Amino acid sequence: MDRRTILKGALAAAALPAAARAQGRDLTVVSWGGAYQDAQREVYFRPFQQQTRNRLLEETWDGGIGVLRSRIASGANTWDVVQVESEELLIGADEGLFEPLDWAAIGGKDAYIAEAVNDYGVGAILYSFIIAYDRARMAQGPANWADFFDTARFPGKRGMRKGPKTTLEMALMADGVAPAQVYEVLGTPAGVDRAFRKLDSIKADIAWFERGSQPPQWLAAGEVTLTVAYNGRISAANATDGRNFAIVWTNNIFTLDSWVIMKGSPNKAKAVEFLKFVGQPAVQAGLPPKIPYGVTAKGVNERLPAEVLANLPTAPQNIANALQLSDRFWLDNLDRLTQRFNTWVSR
Amino acid sequence: MRRPVGAALLTAPLLLFLLVTFVAPIGAFLWRGVTDDEVRPVLPRTVVALASWNGTGTPGEEAFAALVEDLRAARSGDRGAIPRAAARLNADRPGFRGLLPMTARRVEAPFEGSARAAVLAISAEWGQPETWGAIARAGGPMSSFHVLAALDLRRDATGAVRQAPEDTRVFRTVLLRSLWISLLVTAVCLALGWPLAWLIATSRGLAATLLLAAVMLPFWISLVVRTAAWMVLLQREGIVNAALQAGGIIETPLPLLMNRFAVVLGMVHILLPFMVLPLVAAFRGLDPRLPRAAASLGAAPWRVFLRVTLPLSLPGVGAGCILVFIQALGFYVTPALLGGPNDQMLAWFVGFYATRSVNWGLAAALSIVLLVAVGLCVALYGRLAGFRRPGAA
Amino acid sequence: MARGILWALGVLVAVFLVAPIVAILPLSFSAGSFLFYPLPGLSLRWYEDFFASPFWLPAFWNSMGIGTAAAALATLLGTPAAFGLWRMTGAFRAVAMGVVLAPMVVPVIVVAVALLLAFGPLGLVATHTGLVIAHAMLGVPFVVVTVLASLEAFDPVQLRAAAACGAGPMRAFFRVCLPQIAPGVAAGAVFAFATSLDEVVVALFVAGPAQRTLPRQMFSGLNDQISLTTTAAAAMLVVMSVLLLLAVAWLQARGRRRLSG
Repeated sequence: MDRRTILKGALAAAALPAAARAQGRDLTVVSWGGAYQDAQREVYFRPFQQQTRNRLLEETWDGGIGVLRSRIASGANTWDVVQVESEELLIGADEGLFEPLDWAAIGGKDAYIAEAVNDYGVGAILYSFIIAYDRARMAQGPANWADFFDTARFPGKRGMRKGPKTTLEMALMADGVAPAQVYEVLGTPAGVDRAFRKLDSIKADIAWFERGSQPPQWLAAGEVTLTVAYNGRISAANATDGRNFAIVWTNNIFTLDSWVIMKGSPNKAKAVEFLKFVGQPAVQAGLPPKIPYGVTAKGVNERLPAEVLANLPTAPQNIANALQLSDRFWLDNLDRLTQRFNTWVSR
Repeated sequence: MRRPVGAALLTAPLLLFLLVTFVAPIGAFLWRGVTDDEVRPVLPRTVVALASWNGTGTPGEEAFAALVEDLRAARSGDRGAIPRAAARLNADRPGFRGLLPMTARRVEAPFEGSARAAVLAISAEWGQPETWGAIARAGGPMSSFHVLAALDLRRDATGAVRQAPEDTRVFRTVLLRSLWISLLVTAVCLALGWPLAWLIATSRGLAATLLLAAVMLPFWISLVVRTAAWMVLLQREGIVNAALQAGGIIETPLPLLMNRFAVVLGMVHILLPFMVLPLVAAFRGLDPRLPRAAASLGAAPWRVFLRVTLPLSLPGVGAGCILVFIQALGFYVTPALLGGPNDQMLAWFVGFYATRSVNWGLAAALSIVLLVAVGLCVALYGRLAGFRRPGAA
Repeated sequence: MARGILWALGVLVAVFLVAPIVAILPLSFSAGSFLFYPLPGLSLRWYEDFFASPFWLPAFWNSMGIGTAAAALATLLGTPAAFGLWRMTGAFRAVAMGVVLAPMVVPVIVVAVALLLAFGPLGLVATHTGLVIAHAMLGVPFVVVTVLASLEAFDPVQLRAAAACGAGPMRAFFRVCLPQIAPGVAAGAVFAFATSLDEVVVALFVAGPAQRTLPRQMFSGLNDQISLTTTAAAAMLVVMSVLLLLAVAWLQARGRRRLSG
């Protein structure tokens, strides 16, 4: 008897919030979590709530167009504003998962750098895949991708991102292809073979990572001597953990994340208000000092101290010889090249 | 007559619960592995026109005309439909993701002359039999495309089943690897779990409690944390290597991470309690008088074990093995964090296609393959040991 | 002699089980933020973060509530079902067994996507109810398997004896069978609770911000943070479970004394 009462109580308690949920919900903003979202909270979310008196709920995800697609398809979408990767922006826009963006309401297209403008999304941050190594363990590190593939001069394991995307580009640049020609070469079967051949030359020395937290952890623990990494993670390790990791910017591969508004969001007006708020140069200038990602409003660079700017992908000297990740190329070729990559890597 | 009905009634609530929360949702998902419903709604006339095509050369004018008509209709309807169909066709033949929307845009304006000439002028791709073959294969409603792909097979334009090109063959190897790793983990769990469970079941007092605590403790700690703990122990400058170097056993650090060894070790650590607890239950259920009786009748200890203890504890062994083996087959996080590229299991690919690459058809088909493999193993187990009724005559 | 070897083996295996946990816990006192030794210094910053951040404590309470409700539901459904399965034979039993074990077999990622698609129209996504149902479903096989295992040791003749004494089937089950298989039922409930407490993938898909659970928080803590708060949370869970185990042991000892006294 006793036990049954307890069970009933537990079930009733579990059912309660379902009733509470039926009421209108607050603006829900979804980002990538971690140190990045911590910074966003301080610079974007809290000030937005204080200044506009809107309530804002935070969520975290780790990507995947399937998540967005199934949310829309299931009719159970509880997200309003989501930060997506560039490829998700393209696919989602094609499939009608996002609301078209009212650019006039968020400051106009001219207020943002050209790469940040899309009919369905506005760029949030710009980040780079760079080479990193630990100065505490290696005084003279590699200078470019060719060095990264040079196991004679730089022996030891090197971390790379598991998947063909960025990896094949790096292999071609290491093999002497200029950044401007990378996708032209990669568009031909011979170019793909060439990239895989180059990767073959260091296959035994590659440690594949799947999460952005792995490269700094591996460097700190001496698991790898060199690694591909997201620039922000490396700078954050230097800033918060007293590390002396070096970043090699030569021919870095950069891409953008964008804010989108989910199709049919009941909080669309508040969502636009949020995007307008976070699009102001004065607000955006607060983010890079906390986490070294480039931001997208024009006129932010001038507001930043020189030492902060030097660590950003948007610094003039860092973006000069960089390669922008081609989402068009990967949309068409990801299926085939992923299949080939998975076969190659697990052989 | 009353007993079976009563038994069925007892299981009814659970079966009903599982039907609604599990069988139906999973069924609906797996259904995607054997159906193809993304291309037909967009290209209904084309699919019909291709039904009579033999797969060689290019199809006739009526197929081209149907394609033009379909694409025009789709442009004015649901705008997500063409990209979704294109994504599906792209999985079969790369290039479709760009080709189909572009063709749709270019044929929208009225044109003079044959549809064939107009479409071929847009892209030479439309002159390839395999381009049309991809549409014919995706015509649905039922389709073997995904299941064949999950077995490294594919059909060509004429409908004959062939091996996938060598540089994209991966799933059969992965399936065998998953089975092998799971078997290995189960065997190691049994070997390590048996003595521990026996001690726990047959000892009294503090020692037994401490041993049981050692089994239960890891259970309360997130799998993610335990996996991270193995990284701390096994990394190049980790505790194990440091200890071995300090002890003078090795000079350079051993590569303990990112290989099969680390995967099996991590999985055994996580699954061992699932082996030990059923074993303890089985051993405790043993009537201690039986082995004693056998011994007093003059049987040697090994004979007592082999003829009395082992057969009586088999149900527990079976439960433990099946718990461990089945869970091992579905492992995802541990191989991803501790293993190298040669140690990834089928579940990783299911997750990859379900979320990253959004090829739900292939994800569902891979799940079907995994489930069939598990079903066969369980059936085999049922044959050998069986969830027998106790004392069934 | 044989017993000595057995003890040596058993202790080795126990060390193997506990070693990684012992290895990771001191890291929660690290002044640095990476998973490696030697510690760059000692600090309580990760514990402060656990109690100060707006995410960790609510996540902890969410996990406890959802885990308890899911384990209760799974046990409530699973125990009678195991009893029923035990009395059954033939094809229906094989099919029912298959259905019951299936949630354990299907990779969670598949379950998660399937549930999101199915729960959406029912309004169960981002509710406690939805997550409790999902976790109960994942825990049920463990309850059934453990209870079945303990039923294997139960002599069905006792039920006939109870019937002969005039007890109905329900009464026979509750008064004769249940007390004897109670350890198995309890173990099953613990399994179900632990399953919920360790589940992250389904939570990632089906839960909303209000249902953020501890493992999910730990997962993101390790995955996308330069932070060791996860190890602090793990350390506190360990201490808690040790206390729980001690309490159980103490209660058992007291019960035994009372029985014999």
